[in-house]
Amino acid sequence: MHFRHILSALGRHRIAVGLLVLEIAFSCAVVCNALFLIGSRLERMQRPTGVDEAHLVEMFIGSVTRGSADAVMAQTRTDLAALRAIPGVANASVVNQTLFGNSLNASGVSLSDEAKAPSIPVTQYMGDAQLADTLGLKLVDGQWFKPDEFITEEQLESGHSGLPVIITKALADHFFPGQSAVGKTIHAFGTNRVVGVLDRLVQPHDSGPAEYYGYAMLFPVNLPYTEGAYVIRVRDAAQRAAVLQGALRALKADGPLRLISPKYAFTLESQRDKYYRNDRAMAWMLVGVCLLLLVVTAVGIVGLTSFWVAQRRRQIGIRRAIGATRGDILRYFQTENFLIATLGIALGMVLAFGLNLLLMRHYELGRLPGYYFPVGAIVLWLLGQLAVLGPALRAAAVPPVVATRSV
Amino acid sequence: MFGYYLDLALRSLKRNKALTALMVLAIALGIGTSMTTLTVMHVLSGDPIPQKSAQLFRVRMNVFPDDSFRPGDKVPDNLTRRDVEALLRDARADRQAAMSAGAMVVAAQGEPLRVATRYTGADFFPMFDVPMRYGRAWSRADDASRARVAVISSVLNEQLFGGVDSVGKTLQVGEQSLRIVGVLGDWNMNPRFYDLSNGQFGDSEQVFLPLSTALDLKLSSSGSTNCWSRTNDARAADAPCIWLQYWAELDTPAKAATYRQYLQNYIALQQQAGRFSHAGQAEALDVMQWLDAKGVVPADVRLQTWLALGFLGICLLNTVGLLLAKFLRRSGEIGVRRALGASRRAIFLQCLVEAGVVGLAGGVLGLALAALGLVLVRHQPTDYAAYIHMDLRMLLATFVLALASSLLAGLLPAWRAMQVAPAVALKSN
Repeated sequence: MHFRHILSALGRHRIAVGLLVLEIAFSCAVVCNALFLIGSRLERMQRPTGVDEAHLVEMFIGSVTRGSADAVMAQTRTDLAALRAIPGVANASVVNQTLFGNSLNASGVSLSDEAKAPSIPVTQYMGDAQLADTLGLKLVDGQWFKPDEFITEEQLESGHSGLPVIITKALADHFFPGQSAVGKTIHAFGTNRVVGVLDRLVQPHDSGPAEYYGYAMLFPVNLPYTEGAYVIRVRDAAQRAAVLQGALRALKADGPLRLISPKYAFTLESQRDKYYRNDRAMAWMLVGVCLLLLVVTAVGIVGLTSFWVAQRRRQIGIRRAIGATRGDILRYFQTENFLIATLGIALGMVLAFGLNLLLMRHYELGRLPGYYFPVGAIVLWLLGQLAVLGPALRAAAVPPVVATRSV
Repeated sequence: MFGYYLDLALRSLKRNKALTALMVLAIALGIGTSMTTLTVMHVLSGDPIPQKSAQLFRVRMNVFPDDSFRPGDKVPDNLTRRDVEALLRDARADRQAAMSAGAMVVAAQGEPLRVATRYTGADFFPMFDVPMRYGRAWSRADDASRARVAVISSVLNEQLFGGVDSVGKTLQVGEQSLRIVGVLGDWNMNPRFYDLSNGQFGDSEQVFLPLSTALDLKLSSSGSTNCWSRTNDARAADAPCIWLQYWAELDTPAKAATYRQYLQNYIALQQQAGRFSHAGQAEALDVMQWLDAKGVVPADVRLQTWLALGFLGICLLNTVGLLLAKFLRRSGEIGVRRALGASRRAIFLQCLVEAGVVGLAGGVLGLALAALGLVLVRHQPTDYAAYIHMDLRMLLATFVLALASSLLAGLLPAWRAMQVAPAVALKSN
């Protein structure tokens, strides 16, 4: 195919060609960035939490009358025993804050106890000796808390210092890069010695810069149920609903009048779904806009190519009459579209890069990875070829006899 | 003349139905998505209390001690109990109220209920124009005497008392009983500007009671609490913690200026008293400034709006191309009209009328698509979903946008069409 002939023909429709090139370029820029946005949302939604999500359920119990601290603690022990006795329950525990929950408990943590020392806010989980097993946490370094290290909430409130701490690997790498954190000291609740390092545990919800999401600490505190939630690990994920029912029944059967309601009992998976619902909605919206955008671009290509085909009926007839095959005519229009699309895509790449810079400045978004460019290019090339096929086939169907019918 | 152009436009559009449909569809898609996202923006950035938004001021200050103070940090939203009590004592504004969100469990027949609560002062109700269905709000005297009183929402009144006048009845909270003095009428602020820290959109609280009473009864509060040193009781009178919100009503700009000066003096006095050595910060933001400072419109919604407007731009580019094809296809017809004496201006106007007709048709279809889009938005699980609706202004804006954008798209094709040389066009026909 002779590009030169096509180019000189296109030169006669500079405005229309320019419009088509611009449309393809803008589509390409938006599609590249939208795909990147979708990709980064999906990546965000798939971040692991470090706990055994598929097997966890949780319930929040409200107290109606405030009992003495000892009485509430005794009730908590009774409740935990009742929960662990439910068939299908692997373990149960009290935790001060739940993953994907609204409450977030954090302390400023630094490496020195000077007031001016740089500190970062780190979320703190507190719970009894069964918590690590209940959540399914994995230790990569050091050891779990010893039984005699657990303190009560009153001891914590009265300013108990020197509590040991287990931190996540992400936090350990932040404070002690390239060395083992075990045996080191951090300053959160007074002075805390690191006894273990967790593979992973994350903030209840995103707070602060993205890299803080994996920063978390675990403290050995026996909490009463009023200070957090019951978290239960089941043996079989299919039994979660049944276990929740059983747990509500078991707690209602015993103890004082309390607020025990299915409204405040969830599977962790449903909490996760709820937490990421905005991201999911945004991803679908972007998918929708991309599809509409491609449809509109295709409409533009079909419309303008149809116009050109109608305008050139006689020329096509003449070419057919002097020996061009249907295939030649078809390929002519396909090549023409390929040239226009290539111009549009080239301009589109530059625009995509610019749009990405704009998004980076105004929204928390990273740099557009290189592989989105060829993806966008291929999508628009394919779209162009598909859109041009209809008009091009119509052009190829023009009979040679058209050449002889004049005026 | 306009009627004639309209007739020509309709004839021309009917002649090539497929192309017309494509143009209308392209504009409708662009208008539909743009209006959907613009409506969401319009609702989210709306004024929740238009009659008073310029007279209500959120007071913020920075009284951190020196070792917690970082220059350049934003002014914290909340105040310490110590400062709140000092401001309330001075009472320099026309009305003022400190407040905090809370949650409590109230006894009811059958199951106990967990209810969202607001601890505040007597001025809260007249300040925010809160309507009362039964009874009235508590008085400033009740604030001072830490009276065991409460105002409940009509929803809770329905749940607990079947909707009858419950003034004088009691609300059982743990071992304490609160006397109900008032029942709210329908009152929902969205965005819930008076406290954005506990969900920016949603229903108003179920129970309101005096802050002094809540502190006395040690009821639990919720929302952000930030302490700069260890304390056993973050709610204590001298606790080093910021957790209370403060609003002041100032009816004239002059009063607002005086009040701002008062706040500066207050901060200066605190500095002189040795609480900190930095300059301190104090400010009073009116409702719209406050909403702006807090960025109530989610970043996702802004992004969606830009995306939709970009999409509209591409749709218009598309329309320009299709209109160009359409007009130039009629070169022969235009040539005849020119030869018969139509001026270039007449051709230009005729083409623009045709573009406008396409735009209006696109606007009607776009409105339908926007309605569909808003149904989708309302079914999204976002906390603002329920409050999104189209009003008359957005309805008119849809047509203005559709017409303006189609005329804009028609300019270039119409300009090309009017330049058709009659002789050439006639000969080639």
